[in-house]
Amino acid sequence: MTVTPTLALYLPLAAPIAAAGASALLGRRVAAWLGVVAAASILAAGAALAATVHDGSNANAGLLRADALTAFMLIVIGAVAAIACWAGVHHLADEDTAGITTPAAARRYLVLVQLFLAAMCLAVLADNLGVLWVAVEATTIVTAFLVGHRRSRASVEAAWKYVVLCSVGIGIAFLGTVCVYAAAVAAGAHGTTALNWTHLDANTAGLDPDLIRLATGLVLLGFGTKAGLAPMHAWLPDAHSQAPAPVSALMSGVLLSVAFYAIWRYKAITDAVLGPGYARTVLLVAALASLAVAAVLLIAQRDYKRMLAYSSIEHMGLVALGTATGSRLAITAVLLHVLGHGLGKAVAFCGAGQLQRLSGSSRITAVRGLAGRHPTLAGALGLALVALLGLPPFSLFASEIGIARAGLSAGQGWAVAAAFGLVLVAFAALARNGAAMMLGAAEPVPPASAGRLRPAAIAPLVLGLAAAAALGISLGPLLMLLDAAATTVVGGH
Amino acid sequence: MVDQLLNLSCGLFLLSAIGVLWRRELSALIALLTVQGLALTGIAVLLAVDHHSVEAAVVAVGVGLLKAGLLPWLLRRVLARVPGARETAPLVNVSASMLAAAALVLLAYAAARPLVALAPSSTARAAPVGVAVVLLGFFLAATRRRAISQIIGVLLIDNGIAAVAFLATGGVPLVVELGVSADLLLAVLVLQVLTTRLHAAFGDTDLDELRELHD
Repeated sequence: MTVTPTLALYLPLAAPIAAAGASALLGRRVAAWLGVVAAASILAAGAALAATVHDGSNANAGLLRADALTAFMLIVIGAVAAIACWAGVHHLADEDTAGITTPAAARRYLVLVQLFLAAMCLAVLADNLGVLWVAVEATTIVTAFLVGHRRSRASVEAAWKYVVLCSVGIGIAFLGTVCVYAAAVAAGAHGTTALNWTHLDANTAGLDPDLIRLATGLVLLGFGTKAGLAPMHAWLPDAHSQAPAPVSALMSGVLLSVAFYAIWRYKAITDAVLGPGYARTVLLVAALASLAVAAVLLIAQRDYKRMLAYSSIEHMGLVALGTATGSRLAITAVLLHVLGHGLGKAVAFCGAGQLQRLSGSSRITAVRGLAGRHPTLAGALGLALVALLGLPPFSLFASEIGIARAGLSAGQGWAVAAAFGLVLVAFAALARNGAAMMLGAAEPVPPASAGRLRPAAIAPLVLGLAAAAALGISLGPLLMLLDAAATTVVGGH
Repeated sequence: MVDQLLNLSCGLFLLSAIGVLWRRELSALIALLTVQGLALTGIAVLLAVDHHSVEAAVVAVGVGLLKAGLLPWLLRRVLARVPGARETAPLVNVSASMLAAAALVLLAYAAARPLVALAPSSTARAAPVGVAVVLLGFFLAATRRRAISQIIGVLLIDNGIAAVAFLATGGVPLVVELGVSADLLLAVLVLQVLTTRLHAAFGDTDLDELRELHD
C-alpha cells in the first residue's frame, strides 16, 4: 500500500483521535493495543512523509504542512509513542492485577494518552504558529490530568505545580506570538496567513527588528519553560517522577522536544531578522544553567525517577547548546540527539516503572542489587542508562560528539568546555547511582511488595534499545532526512 | 467617541487589576475579575466597531461570554467547594504591593515601546496597559499563598495577553483566538479539578502545605 502525502498528513491526527474514541467504547485490552497501532501509524506516516519531503520540498493540506523537520519529529513522536504505548499495555494489566485501578480510571488514561499524542502531532504539523501554540498548550492540559492520575498527595501537588508554571510559561510564549503577528501585520501580511511559518520564513525582510527582539525573548522564555530549561525547570522533576511511567516516557522523551521544535521554528525566522547572536546568547545561558542544575542535583539524588528527570534537563541543556551553535552540523547532531534521547529515556522510564512496581519504592537504596533479583529488567534498565550516559554503541555518543565539534568549530570553545565539564559531573553521578541500583549489595530485608515480572513486558524495552543502538551504528536513510531538516532550521543564511 | 470609550475601557481594565492586588477577600477578587472581563469585552467590541469587522465582533462576543460569564462562575463554584478559604494570605502587605504595582506599570510602558512604535493604529498606544496587567498577574501569583489566588493570577496574565493581542494588532486571527479561548476554558477546568483534589488530599488549599516533593 502506498500512502499519499495528504493521507500521511492527516493520519497522525486521525489515528490517535480514532483510538481515543475507540478507548471510550471498546474493552480495555483491545483499546490499549489499538493505542499501540495508533502510535505505529504516526511512525508510518512520518516515514511516508519523509520519503516525499527528504529533498527539501513541502507537503500541504489545509492548515497542515510538512517539511523534513516535521517528518523527522513525527518519526520521533511515533517511535517513542510506540514504546510507551506498548509498555502502557503491560502497565495497565499490572495495575489491574494489583487492584490499584478502576476500569473508569484505566479508560480515562487510555483516552488522555491518545489525545496527548494527537496534540503533539498537531504541534509539529501546523503551519500556523498560532495553531502550534494552541497545540502545545493542549498538551499541557491533557498531561496535567495524566500527572495527577494517581490522585496521591504527591501526584496532585506535582500536577498543580505543572499546570501553574507551564500555563504561565506558555502564556508568555503567546505574548511572543502576538508580537510576531503584530510585526507581520505591520510588514503587510493579512489575517491568518500572517502567522504562517512558510509566509514568515519567506518574508523576513519587512519585519521590525525591535519587535522581533522582544518576541524572541518572550518565545524563548515561554517555550523554554515547556522544554524544561533552567531556570524555569522547577516543575519538571516533580511532574516526570509522579506521572505513570509510560506518560513520563512520553513527556520526557518527546514533549520536551516538541517544545524545542517550536523554538527551532521561531529561531529560523528571528535569526534571519536579527542575526544569530541574540538567540545564541539566551540559549547558551539557558544551556549552561540547565547543565549546572542537572549536574548538581544528580549528585545528591536518592530517587531514581527524579534522577531520570534531572537527566532529561541535562540532555535538554545539550540540545540548547547545539541549537545555540546553530550550524548545520550542530542542528543535525541536535536532531539525532533528540531521537536518541527519546528512545533511551522511554526505555529508562518504562523500566523504572516496572522496577517501582516490583520494589514498591522509588528510592535508589531500596532497589540495590537488582541484577541478582531481576536480571532481565536490570539488563534493560542498565543498558538504557548506558545509552543516556552517551556511551557507544548508542546514538547519543555520536550526537554528543557532533554537538561538541560543531561548538568548537563555531568558536565557542569556552562554552563547550564548561558544558562538557558539567556533563562529566552528571555522567559520574548517574553512573554511580546506576551502579548502586544494579550491582550494589542487596538490602537484607526483602522488598515490601514483590510482584511478578512478565517477560512480555521487557519486549518494548528491548525494541527501544535495539533501535537506539542501530541508530548509533548507522543512520541509513535517516541521514538525508536529518540533513534536509537541519537546512530548514538553519535556512539559507 | 470610540477613542474615548476605548480609553475608558483600558483604564478600567488596568484599575481592576490593581484592585485585585489591593483587596483580600476572594469574593471581591472574583467580582473585580468580572469587571476586568467586561472591560476586555468593551475593548474587543470597540475595536470591532472601529474596524467594521464581523469576525472581530464574533470574537468579542465569545470573549465576553467566557471572561465575564463562565470563568467567574467557575471560580465561584471552586470557592464554594473550599470552605475556610475566604481570604488570600498575601506575603507582601498592601502598601508595598501598591508601590510594586506602580513600578510594574512603568516597566510595562518601557518594555512595550517596540509594540507602540510599530502602531498600525492609534489603539496600539494603549497596548502597554495589557503588558502591565500581565506583570501584575505575575506579581499576584508569586505573592499570594492560596491556590485559588494563583488561579486568579494566571487569569490576570491571560487577560493582559488578550488585551495586548487586541490593542496591538486589532485582534489575532479567528482560528487562533478560538483555540486560545478553548484552551483557557480547559485550563480553568483543570485548575478547578485540581483545587478540588488538592482540597481532598491536603485539606485547606494553602500552598505552603505543598511540601511532599523536594530535593
